[in-house]
Amino acid sequence: MQPNINAGVIVMQNRNKTKMKIQDPEARIKNFREVALGYSFEDAKEEAQRCLNCKNPQCISGCPVNVDIRGFIQEIKKGNFENALKIIKNTNGLPAICGRVCPQEKQCEERCVLGKIGEPVAIGRLERFLGDNFSIRTEPPSKKREEKIAIIGGGPSGITAAIDLRKEGFDVTIFEAFPKLGGVLLYGIPQFRLPKEIVETETNELKNLGIKIETNHIIGRSLPFEKIVEEYDAIYIGIGAGAPRFMGIPGTNLKNVFSSSEILTRVNLMKAYEFPEYGTPVFCKEKAAVIGAGNVTMDVARTLKRLGAEEVTIIYRRTENEVPARKEEFDHAREEGVNFLWLTQPIEYLPDETKTLKAIKCIKMELGEPDSSGRRKPIPIEGSEFILDFQMVVEAIGQKSNSVLKAFEGLQLNKWGYIDVNEETLQTNIENVFAGGDIVTGSATVILAMGAGKKAAESILAFLNEKKEVKTL
Amino acid sequence: MNEIIEINCIANLTYEIIFCNGEICENSKPGQFLILQKDEFSERVPLTIVNCEDGKVRVIIKVVGRSSLEISEMKVGDSFKNVVGPLGNHSEIRKYGNIVCIGGGVGAAPLLPVTRELKKTGNKIISILGAADANSLILDDEFEKISEKLYITTNDGSKGKKGFVTDILKELLKEKKVDIIWAIGPMIMMREVTKLSVENAVPCWVSLNPIMVDGTGMCGACRVHIKNEIKFACVDGPEFSGADVNWDELISRLSQYRDQEKSATEYKCRCDSNAK
Ligand SMILES: Cc1cc2nc3c(=O)[nH]c(=O)nc-3n(C[C@H](O)[C@H](O)[C@H](O)COP(=O)(O)OP(=O)(O)OC[C@H]3O[C@@H](n4cnc5c(N)ncnc54)[C@H](O)[C@@H]3O)c2cc1C
Ligand SMILES: Cc1cc2nc3c(=O)[nH]c(=O)nc-3n(C[C@H](O)[C@H](O)[C@H](O)COP(=O)(O)OP(=O)(O)OC[C@H]3O[C@@H](n4cnc5c(N)ncnc54)[C@H](O)[C@@H]3O)c2cc1C
Ligand code: SF4
Ligand code: SF4
Ligand code: FES
Repeated sequence: MQPNINAGVIVMQNRNKTKMKIQDPEARIKNFREVALGYSFEDAKEEAQRCLNCKNPQCISGCPVNVDIRGFIQEIKKGNFENALKIIKNTNGLPAICGRVCPQEKQCEERCVLGKIGEPVAIGRLERFLGDNFSIRTEPPSKKREEKIAIIGGGPSGITAAIDLRKEGFDVTIFEAFPKLGGVLLYGIPQFRLPKEIVETETNELKNLGIKIETNHIIGRSLPFEKIVEEYDAIYIGIGAGAPRFMGIPGTNLKNVFSSSEILTRVNLMKAYEFPEYGTPVFCKEKAAVIGAGNVTMDVARTLKRLGAEEVTIIYRRTENEVPARKEEFDHAREEGVNFLWLTQPIEYLPDETKTLKAIKCIKMELGEPDSSGRRKPIPIEGSEFILDFQMVVEAIGQKSNSVLKAFEGLQLNKWGYIDVNEETLQTNIENVFAGGDIVTGSATVILAMGAGKKAAESILAFLNEKKEVKTL
Repeated sequence: MNEIIEINCIANLTYEIIFCNGEICENSKPGQFLILQKDEFSERVPLTIVNCEDGKVRVIIKVVGRSSLEISEMKVGDSFKNVVGPLGNHSEIRKYGNIVCIGGGVGAAPLLPVTRELKKTGNKIISILGAADANSLILDDEFEKISEKLYITTNDGSKGKKGFVTDILKELLKEKKVDIIWAIGPMIMMREVTKLSVENAVPCWVSLNPIMVDGTGMCGACRVHIKNEIKFACVDGPEFSGADVNWDELISRLSQYRDQEKSATEYKCRCDSNAK
């Protein structure tokens, strides 16, 4: 306990976050239900009490969309939950989602002053609590503007841009390739971490706002990009970086070698974990390896556990200290009995006589000098090759831009195949086309993608206002 | 939208479905496909667009497993829950000269729109259709109309010549100047046709049908080595030059989900065997 001076009264401050109930690891690896169960009203109030109501709240600057964290927590203290949610929704349209998937320990919570003496305020958990238990019905805006705006891609970035622009009164249409909105929230992040019903509830509000939604539309294929550019006054592209990357080592196209995206799409989008009730199958073997150490890697490893794999091993070329995944996911994976093989890099997939994976040839690594990103670069140790038996392997080493983008005629891409934009305005080389989220930055986070959607909405508003002025002159 | 207005059994285990979708019609070109999903619970099934006219899309589907069976059991008036398309790149249609178009089994369906367009562009078409038996042969009447000459082969000799499409192709390549070959059918057939094309230095287009999930370039299930580079058939294809394809690898990958998918042979065709 730590004394805390609040309005002249000394109270004892708990150093640790209020605990959140979670499903027991033994039980949860046998189901796809959510692992973390959320705060009760009492938990939320207790946790809110820990906040010091700082004069100069550092937490807010750690949030990419600057949620008024201090403000909403004070409302929770008073029991004004709906007001608290309203405050969040001013800047963040998807609180139940962000509360669950933001890497808080590197964002808002990293800056919270309480972190200096113990654990920071559980900002994410409080946000989730509000998103889960309260709702404010959104109404179509009272303003009306004539201009038509197309949003290409219904992931977090496109959704955020759509909400903000609709609130300005524009006629907004989202074009989405899949039958439902959500992007990676839907087909990437698994059910046990982010139940799809929550994504659906948060995205359903778009319809109340009067946003038009055209699913099953792949721009550049089912509808030409040029047509959209012609028909709409402004366009925001938020199509994500959804194409899987492969290491390209020998044996990549053997049977039982998969991309993380294939496994996760089958399981999340097509509900293969309920096969055969749902028609799409998924493949899972007793001894499985997953390559990488990001969120995606943890998601795949934990998914395979739940599908019945006996042994799941994550193979990573750096060490435990460099793991890029959210801390909570890494901890949960460990609790669920996922094995880790550090400082190891696969160099070849070895087949049996039926062209099926039988074993992985690996090489040991050591960490050298820090590279430009500040992380120590892994270097192979010569002569340290060894072979491990595995029946399946999933590569989760990152995504890249989809080659459908080539059909976006006239749009300037950079050398990595991402869309080139003006960093200040997110405007592309085509005057009325803006872009953001993973398709500009490469794989990042939900909240950064949402931040980009916000920024683009502001730029589009400014762009259209300027056009309107010119017209009326 | 996506309402079925006609569904007919046109050959053994093979159904022709016509449904409404104006947008696909407006935007599709020969060689492209679509993905349809019967309902919430169903798999996404890729099918080639055979015809598109007046907002009506025609597809032809062969029953090989659970999903195709489910679709074949739909009725006029039913609607598909989700349809997305056109997908993939369209065929490279231009004036080549003498073209041999080869369709194996249900491969005749995806081949038809390409052949039709090649004919319109002023090419001379010789077609070869292969099937297991007379009851499995499809679209021969439609190919007849657009070909200078149509050859038919069946494995059991119940119609046309007994044997394989490659038997005819071998002869043709000896007798005639062939400028390009288009081959769509089972992977093994496409591999064999490719071999002949390479031996005779004639270019050959094939259309690949690996296992697909999303069909939009986001899962990597449909990957294939083209000239030793990984490509995704759904967005970089489905048509490739046969000589560039790593066939053995592709054929092996097709059986990835075989244990999970029930074998198709136990399904009985709904239409009476005299359908043809
Ligand atoms: C498995 C996994 C786990 C992750 N875990 C986390 C996490 O815990 N926390 C976190 O912050 N981030 C996480 N991320 C990253 C995060 O999900 C992404 O950074 C974020 O979703 C990017 O948002 P976006 O809107 O730019 O793109 P996406 O979410 O990729 O959405 C793009 C949308 O556009 C659609 N689309 C694509 N092409 C077209 C087209 N041509 N026409 C129409 N529509 C199109 C797609 O179908 C998709 O719905 C994870 C990512 C993955 C893959
Ligand atoms: C671009 C493309 C165009 C196609 N066009 C046609 C067409 O015009 N007419 C037609 O009858 N068929 C076509 N197919 C094949 C058709 O999609 C599959 O036969 C169908 O998906 C099998 O589903 P099923 O559940 O009935 O069979 P399953 O029980 O799933 O499997 C039966 C066999 O089909 C293979 N298979 C399974 N799923 C797929 C899949 N998604 N894609 C490809 N193969 C699969 C399996 O490896 C298995 O050997 C096309 C496929 C592709 C990729
Ligand atoms: S949106 Fe994310 S970063 Fe911002 S306050 Fe909420 S949890 Fe923290
Ligand atoms: S920094 Fe921490 S204690 Fe201060 S206002 Fe923010 S959440 Fe509360
Ligand atoms: S089907 Fe998923 S990438 Fe082609």
